[in-house]
Amino acid sequence: MTMIDVTRFTPKTVYVTYIAATPEKVFRALTEAEFTRAYFSGLAVKIEPKTGGTFQLLAPDGSVHIEGEVVEWSPPRRFACTWTVAGMPGFRDLPACLVTYDIEQAGDAVRLTMTEAHQWDIPDGLLSGGRAGWPAILSSLKSLLEGGKALTIKMEAPTEMLAALAALKR
Amino acid sequence: MSKPSFVYVTYIRATADKVWSALTSPEMTAKTWFGVRHDTDWTKGASWRLVFPDGRVADSGEILEIDKPRRLVLKWRNEFKPELKAEGWSRCTIEIEPASGDAVKLTVTHQLDGEGDKLIKAVSGGWPRILSNVKSLLETGDTVMKD
Repeated sequence: MTMIDVTRFTPKTVYVTYIAATPEKVFRALTEAEFTRAYFSGLAVKIEPKTGGTFQLLAPDGSVHIEGEVVEWSPPRRFACTWTVAGMPGFRDLPACLVTYDIEQAGDAVRLTMTEAHQWDIPDGLLSGGRAGWPAILSSLKSLLEGGKALTIKMEAPTEMLAALAALKR
Repeated sequence: MSKPSFVYVTYIRATADKVWSALTSPEMTAKTWFGVRHDTDWTKGASWRLVFPDGRVADSGEILEIDKPRRLVLKWRNEFKPELKAEGWSRCTIEIEPASGDAVKLTVTHQLDGEGDKLIKAVSGGWPRILSNVKSLLETGDTVMKD
């Protein structure tokens, strides 16, 4: 069981994409390292596949970039976890966010909805990193599943997010 | 309060010209945009209409800015749903930029001039379907949503 009260989290960023794949394939792509390494900035997902289990995204050197707790494990329809950026100085102390993936059949395809929700009055500047990152990550996921090859998108440094963090710490 | 708006970004492994064409040419919008076609001469200040296959007008407006294949700004009003038309004018901005990898970045921003949530809610449902089709068609040769 989880002790996380999801009702305390308010959605702040939502991204929807339609993917020509089965729900099972999309669920695997979100929860298995062989997929995430290809489309998620080289990060390998590591999950204890049960509610209350641990969730991590590991950098290629094995260090923990993102960590959290599995809040819902319902293959192939829904996966939710808390999410703390452990690998960037200053972010670890911020309240965790809640990331939910909803996978629904839509015609012959799948509608994937990513929802990033927060449990505090987070400044817009701090949301900018996710708002820039999710479209790149999920576009790359779609390319990987439909054409077999992820995108290689080099993202610019999250200057707005870092400035917002610095402002918060003052 | 900022104006009601919707922003969608996707990255597509294609050239800017191909992405522009997938959103504007009748051969391509027949597939990507569920059969609609643009009725305009694609010059700044020209009238613009989005027309269903049966000839009904879906949306109408004007080309406010055009810089093929980088930027298109449309003055946009819904014409086929009274409750959406009642919300009046909106502005749709389509931007295509090189991304620093093997893809281009496509950004669609749709902002209502006045107040209301119905048009933005409607386009929030529509754009992800259309833009997922654009990406799939250009990368794989087939669309993902047929209707």
